[in-house]
Amino acid sequence: MSAPSGVELAARLERDGFALELELTVAAGEVVAVLGPNGAGKSTLLGILSGLLRPDSGLLRVDGRTLLDTADGTFVPPHRRGVGLLAQEALLFPHLSALANVAFGPRAQGTPRAAAEERARGLLADVGVGELAARRPAQLSGGQQQRVALARALAPRPGLLLLDEPLAALDVDATPAMRTLLRRVIADGKQTALLVTHDALDALVLADRVVVLDRGRVVEHGPAREVLARPRSPFSARIAGLDLVPGTADAGGVRTADGTEIHGRSVEVVAGEPAVAVFPPSAVAVHARRPGGSPRNVFPVRVAALEPRGDAVRLRAAPAAGGPDWVSGLAADVTPAAVAELGVEPGHEVWFAVKATEVAVHGRHA
Amino acid sequence: MTTGPVAAAPPARRRDGVADRHGTGVGLPVWMWVPAGLGFLVIALPVAGLLWEADWAETPALLTSDAALSALRLSLLTAAISTALCLLLGGPLAVVLARGRIDRLPRLMRALRSVVLLPLVLPPVVGGLSLLFLLGANGLVGQGLDTAFGIFVPFTTAAVVLAQTFVAMPFLIVSLEGALRTAGERYEATAATLGASPGLAFRRVTVPLVLPGLASGLVLAFARCMGEFGATIAFAGSLEGTTRTLPLLVYLQGETDVAGAVALSLLLVVVSLVVIVVGRPRGLDGRG
Repeated sequence: MSAPSGVELAARLERDGFALELELTVAAGEVVAVLGPNGAGKSTLLGILSGLLRPDSGLLRVDGRTLLDTADGTFVPPHRRGVGLLAQEALLFPHLSALANVAFGPRAQGTPRAAAEERARGLLADVGVGELAARRPAQLSGGQQQRVALARALAPRPGLLLLDEPLAALDVDATPAMRTLLRRVIADGKQTALLVTHDALDALVLADRVVVLDRGRVVEHGPAREVLARPRSPFSARIAGLDLVPGTADAGGVRTADGTEIHGRSVEVVAGEPAVAVFPPSAVAVHARRPGGSPRNVFPVRVAALEPRGDAVRLRAAPAAGGPDWVSGLAADVTPAAVAELGVEPGHEVWFAVKATEVAVHGRHA
Repeated sequence: MTTGPVAAAPPARRRDGVADRHGTGVGLPVWMWVPAGLGFLVIALPVAGLLWEADWAETPALLTSDAALSALRLSLLTAAISTALCLLLGGPLAVVLARGRIDRLPRLMRALRSVVLLPLVLPPVVGGLSLLFLLGANGLVGQGLDTAFGIFVPFTTAAVVLAQTFVAMPFLIVSLEGALRTAGERYEATAATLGASPGLAFRRVTVPLVLPGLASGLVLAFARCMGEFGATIAFAGSLEGTTRTLPLLVYLQGETDVAGAVALSLLLVVVSLVVIVVGRPRGLDGRG
């Protein structure tokens, strides 16, 4: 708890019938994703961290510096906190060029103009929009604006960076590239960050740990892959519940630790880097015997459990005798009719098959 | 009435040039053109009548008479000073009304705003009388000023400035407050997360964002000062060279010399047109 660096927060806030009470830590260089339904308290949490909201009681330390302590009345105002924010909307200052937007933070800290602009140029190049430095925000696309906003948020070297659904307002086309950029700059760059998101994939690709909020309280937390693959709260089960197979990226998909190749579509991932194959349980077909035919991903599993799920039945996998052990926890959604036809029961050995087109391969934070 | 004709515009300049030639006019019943046309005539016909009535040959001579030039000079001078006062006092007042929070008394803020907007709906002559009662020889403040410093405000040029400021300041406040509310506090919050103190964020973010709203507020306030009549005549009287501004001179001449009054009126029309065309107050050009 009392790490010398990183973020420590304990806060309680009550208003208009809503109560938030939570404790949270983020280690230096760690990315923690906060998931939760609307009204769970995610925005309130960001407000308390950035200093735009004052909790009824609480304590906040970033890198050993006390920013908030209601016990002795300490309250550091937002502009002296070193807590940056990248929101859903880029909110670039419309009257300033991209360069001046990025240089704004260093200038506010007293960096001389030339040095501030040099840093801004470097950051704009880092996020891939170096050639757009002179443009006004109105002359940039949504994706470009968000890249400039990221560079601007990083420019003052924040001790903690808050990411408030940074991909939610982007075009579908611009999202994967921005997600990859965030992974490179935030996760690989060891920027301490808190990511609020609705998207399990964002958490998976960007975060080390996941915290699930519901009605102002932490209902679930743990390593990102664990929480997302085996959700325990109803909310995380609804948004997550994806099948995830970690491994190393190669030309055709992901190679698992035991050498099995999972074929899939690469989404901006470099061969040789850590990666994860992601597919929805509804894309998994279940066979009593090994299916032949078209090239697809086929692996033996033992049925661990059957869970009714609306109008489908979810099969939970455990390793089959002599089969790969990474199948543990994978889920397949099949119709009750198919269950009856296959005569599946817990303990039976069956084959899971997934088409390569249903599998997305994402780079992951090592 | 609180937003009136000066509702602030968002800073959306980029859409200006793009006229939509393919729109089909959804939401406009055809009969609406009839009352709309009548409404336009109510405004345009009197001005056209003025142009019709004018004796164009005589106009230059009438406009360069000593009385006319003196009134024009006085009008421009007092309107300029009053507009500056509106900016210096009304500007901060607008910022406080838009951004200020008095935690336990949100109603107080609303009450303050109602008071500030009073001159928009109050007959100006009532405003002038109120000033007279406050600063007159027997007034609450006037008596004290007179005995302590020998200052007597009514019927001086200072009284003209005070009357104009009283009447015009709400125009600046409404325009600027609207611009501040439209811009929102999100940019300022962003500036704070980047390390900018409230003062720096105000200078480098807020002021540039509301500059168009501020400019239109200043133009409207100046125009209102130039046209001010009721409060001026009640509080400052009509003394040539000291308090007789253009509108007062127009009224005076209208009683005796109609041609002269028309010529002076044309001058005011020209000043107003310059204000609208050059100053382009937002909300007056259809983009607001």
